Amino acid sequence: MAIDLTCPVPLLGADKILLAHGGGGRLTHQLIETVFLPAFSNPTILSRHDGGVFPVNGTQLAITTDCYVVNPIVFPGGTIGDLAVNGTVNDLAMCGARPLALSAAFILEEGLPMEILRTIVTSMESAARAANVPIVTGDTKVVDKGKADAMFINTTGVGVVVAPKPVGPDRVRPGDAVLVSGELGAHGITILSVRGGLDFEGDVTSDTAPLWPAVQTLFEADIEVHCLRDLTRGGLSSALNEIASAAGVGITVEEVAIPVSEAVRSACELLGLDPLYVANEGRFVAFVPEHDAERALEVLRSDAVSAQAVRAGNVHSDSPGIVTVRSRIGGHRVLDMLSGEQLPRIC
Amino acid sequence: MKFVDEYRDYGAVQKMLHAIRHITTRPWTLMEVCGGQTYTIVRTGLQELLPPEITLVHGPGCPVCVTPVELIDRAVAIARRPEVIMCSFGDMLRVPGSKETLFDAKASGADVRIVYSPLDALRLARSTPNREVVFFAVGFETTAPANAMAIWQAEREKLSNFSMLVSHVLVPPAMEAILSSPDCRVQAFLAAGHVCMVMGFEEYVPIAQKYHVPIVVTGFEPLDLLEGVHIAVTQLEGGEAKVENQYARAVRRAGNQAAQARMTDVFEVTRRTWRGIGEIPASGFRLRDAYRQFDAETKFATDLGPVEESRECIAGLVLQGLRKPGECPAFGTRCTPEHPLGAPMVSSEGACAAYYHFGRRKEHGNRPDVSSAVVGR
Repeated sequence: MAIDLTCPVPLLGADKILLAHGGGGRLTHQLIETVFLPAFSNPTILSRHDGGVFPVNGTQLAITTDCYVVNPIVFPGGTIGDLAVNGTVNDLAMCGARPLALSAAFILEEGLPMEILRTIVTSMESAARAANVPIVTGDTKVVDKGKADAMFINTTGVGVVVAPKPVGPDRVRPGDAVLVSGELGAHGITILSVRGGLDFEGDVTSDTAPLWPAVQTLFEADIEVHCLRDLTRGGLSSALNEIASAAGVGITVEEVAIPVSEAVRSACELLGLDPLYVANEGRFVAFVPEHDAERALEVLRSDAVSAQAVRAGNVHSDSPGIVTVRSRIGGHRVLDMLSGEQLPRIC
Repeated sequence: MKFVDEYRDYGAVQKMLHAIRHITTRPWTLMEVCGGQTYTIVRTGLQELLPPEITLVHGPGCPVCVTPVELIDRAVAIARRPEVIMCSFGDMLRVPGSKETLFDAKASGADVRIVYSPLDALRLARSTPNREVVFFAVGFETTAPANAMAIWQAEREKLSNFSMLVSHVLVPPAMEAILSSPDCRVQAFLAAGHVCMVMGFEEYVPIAQKYHVPIVVTGFEPLDLLEGVHIAVTQLEGGEAKVENQYARAVRRAGNQAAQARMTDVFEVTRRTWRGIGEIPASGFRLRDAYRQFDAETKFATDLGPVEESRECIAGLVLQGLRKPGECPAFGTRCTPEHPLGAPMVSSEGACAAYYHFGRRKEHGNRPDVSSAVVGR
């Protein structure tokens, strides 16, 4: 029997919070739609983007916030600190915004070795320097031993929108090309490989990286960017499903075109996972009109983080809201949103 | 990826499809026995590529799907005991019992953990001597040797805090049950390659003869499945009914005898209830008396109330190949992977979940109706 971590998720009408509510798939989506959006309802939040965009004195500002609870807090290729900086910078980038400043708030577990905290803070400092964004304010709380898992971090980022036109799902049109910025699944598989209880070793490191430089090159080259989405929890599949459903379009991708490294593919085969659902921390999908597709690829490939960018598929008006994959052998299947959690606490 | 890509090669697949089209003259219904095969078929859209005469129906080979509801209830009751750490394969946690799943038990405080091997559970028992570690042992002949090994090890080490809730089932009796049904429409089987890797395929010879049905031991990659179809259809068109081995790179006629010996040492054959199908004589394993001290059912005797299944779920008919998932009125509406009424909607190897995730046809928009999608017409 293939053992599959994609499944575990209980009833939708659950009366308590389940791990899958944080998994980035259908239950997360439902939690947002039924609890948070009705409570906080306003035009900005209802745009359902990676961050909120609002005007201040004629300038468009973007704000975004994210909590980081990854376990373990240090892993091949990065730390919880790298994720906390890059993840928030990337959410701003997906709004077409250059990061201006970050905040950093820490929930620390009593007994956490000071040396580990220093390691994490140092990694945040270097990630912030690499992304060219200052950390300008912060907060610290300490909780009893056992009430947090070593440390949790929240970062909030403010950025200025440089995209000449709004970037978001509502601008996606039939005929758009779907570009994927590089090989998928490295972060999720890395975390899985170092988690206790799963004895496998792989030559995989997290892909955590700031995406703003790559995104910026698109705007500098005057590419008409319709939508951007980073491929974090729930992977490519969740991103495409959210966009297909918000934009009311169909999306078809070619399995053979989607880049996945040999190491990640092997691990996925072994563990019964689908790389299209595995989390990334330095990958994004871009929707651009057909006439800009080739040029956008050239531009993306000039930046190290997106050097392996490919065209993975296209947008059409058949079957609105549905994402389809054409398999390696030529058959078709629906690429559904993740049901439940594929891997717990990966970011 | 070596030894995988060769069996997913577009050109080789096209060639095999051409060969199948060439020999097919009339309609045939084939059952792939194993859920892993169903998963590949649906995930790669393989059925839509086959000639329209060939229909694939999906067999009972998903262990999660056929584990009876009473046993899930028992697992939940045992997991709720404060001294117990319940270990299981991931899928099993989400299967609904009569009232709740192991995941529900976990959310309300039970210590339930996903493991990848029974030996991981054994390791846990060694490192937590003050807790009772229970492994929920589901599966066919494929998973039985590793479970037998864990019991054998536990006995050797005299581990007193390790036990197993055994729900093992055997494939050949289920195939016979399907063939004996008056409504049976299966004309040939693609037998489960991994089961045969352990058991060999001698035991299928009398079944093929008695019911005059071709049985082709088949692997799990697209090209394996297509070659299995080709061999089966060749036999059907020629009026033959014999056992053939497509999966020769992994399966020997006598199987893995060392694994069989360990299984026979630890387990004995018993009757088992199959969820949705009913009781089948001599269709499963239980622990032998010599290993009774590792039987969680005995160790944690639990009085379960009356057990009721959803009346709406037609899982039994689906598992016997009598209905396609899309023919169920609850499919995709009242029964979804997030809210499964029956087990085949839970595991990725379950026919209903496989249809739900991968088979929805685009014309139908959000309303999943795939009886036509996977059949391809």
